[in-house]
Amino acid sequence: MNHIYIARSSAVAARPLGDEMVIMSALDSTLFTLSDVAAVLWQAADGRTPLDEIVRQRVCTAYSVDAETALRDAEEFVRALAEHGILLVASQPIPSPSPTQDGTAASAAGDRR
Amino acid sequence: MRMAPIETPTQTVDAFPAQDRHAGPNGACLPLTIEIGGLPIRLRAPDAAFRALLAGRYSSFLRPDSRAEMEFELHSAAPESLHTDQKLEVVCEQGRWQVSRGDFRASFDLSTRRGHLSFVPNPYSVDTLLRIVHSLLLAPAGGLLLHASGGIRSGRGVLFSGVSGAGKTTLARLAPSDVQLLTDEISYLRREAGEFRVYGTPFSGELGIQGEDVSAPLGAIHLIEHGAENRLERVPEAEAVRRLIRNTLFFAREKHLVADVFSTVCELARRVPVYRLEFVPDARVWEMVA
Repeated sequence: MNHIYIARSSAVAARPLGDEMVIMSALDSTLFTLSDVAAVLWQAADGRTPLDEIVRQRVCTAYSVDAETALRDAEEFVRALAEHGILLVASQPIPSPSPTQDGTAASAAGDRR
Repeated sequence: MRMAPIETPTQTVDAFPAQDRHAGPNGACLPLTIEIGGLPIRLRAPDAAFRALLAGRYSSFLRPDSRAEMEFELHSAAPESLHTDQKLEVVCEQGRWQVSRGDFRASFDLSTRRGHLSFVPNPYSVDTLLRIVHSLLLAPAGGLLLHASGGIRSGRGVLFSGVSGAGKTTLARLAPSDVQLLTDEISYLRREAGEFRVYGTPFSGELGIQGEDVSAPLGAIHLIEHGAENRLERVPEAEAVRRLIRNTLFFAREKHLVADVFSTVCELARRVPVYRLEFVPDARVWEMVA
């Protein structure tokens, strides 16, 4: 199985506000708001832990969702964030600070405000 | 590039002593020092008539004896040397900021705190430059400029924030006589000793109502819209951040500065109550909010 690794971009500012995580891109000053599940993925995006492990350990245990569905949704979500340049997605661990994006982003809609 | 906080001026800044009261030997450049939000900026304009125009426009904010945090040389530019239909552009390359628009071109360095402005003389280009420079200097100091009108009543600042047409000027005009007007267009906020303070500005909107040179702790921000009746509703913190970000004047894309502004807006939404205010345009609305 090919692992996916995710890391937060250094060109963003993020702040938890109530139940939401609000993220601002320095590239174009757009704002993103993450729901609680999405915020879990965001906070776990350390560049070293594979996405499937994050989903198994942090999402499936906290939310009643099967691993296959959760991973599929998570992959779609992280690729959407990668498209907006606020998350880095790679097939290898991403050193910190993460220098590049490997271009695996696919088309999907993010929660862009 | 990380700018030094304006509370701790560098030696370079201190190198601008209070201005000379007399013109130099060549008869040039009696400078004007304009202080907004506690931040004095000096302008050296060679043309006496234009200096008089600026002195009138910023009369409440002139500080003849103040040192300056930043200094600009103003030069007249021939209209043909500028691209008159150009929209505002702000770029920063290796610490040098370049700001240009159809009617002016400016460059400045926030570390040496010196800059130049070439323009077809009109006060609007000076106004735009001052807004941009203030926004950049305020960002690392925990302040920002907000599209909002406002006033001080009973010692507390109240702001009305919204896009063009939302009613900022209308609410400024409806202010009762015991309100000190801060601005009808651009509000100046900075964090001081753990609280947000709001300052009056000379930056005016379409009706040209200038703010007074006053300041007060900020009591509340109202996100305004016209409605069928006066109605006030507290806005949750995350929504307040989203709305306030949209109404913040900011021009830089440097990630440190963007992060500073974002952090300031988050703190603002955490510390200052933000409301959605629907209002009908008569004086009763002020009694609801201040």
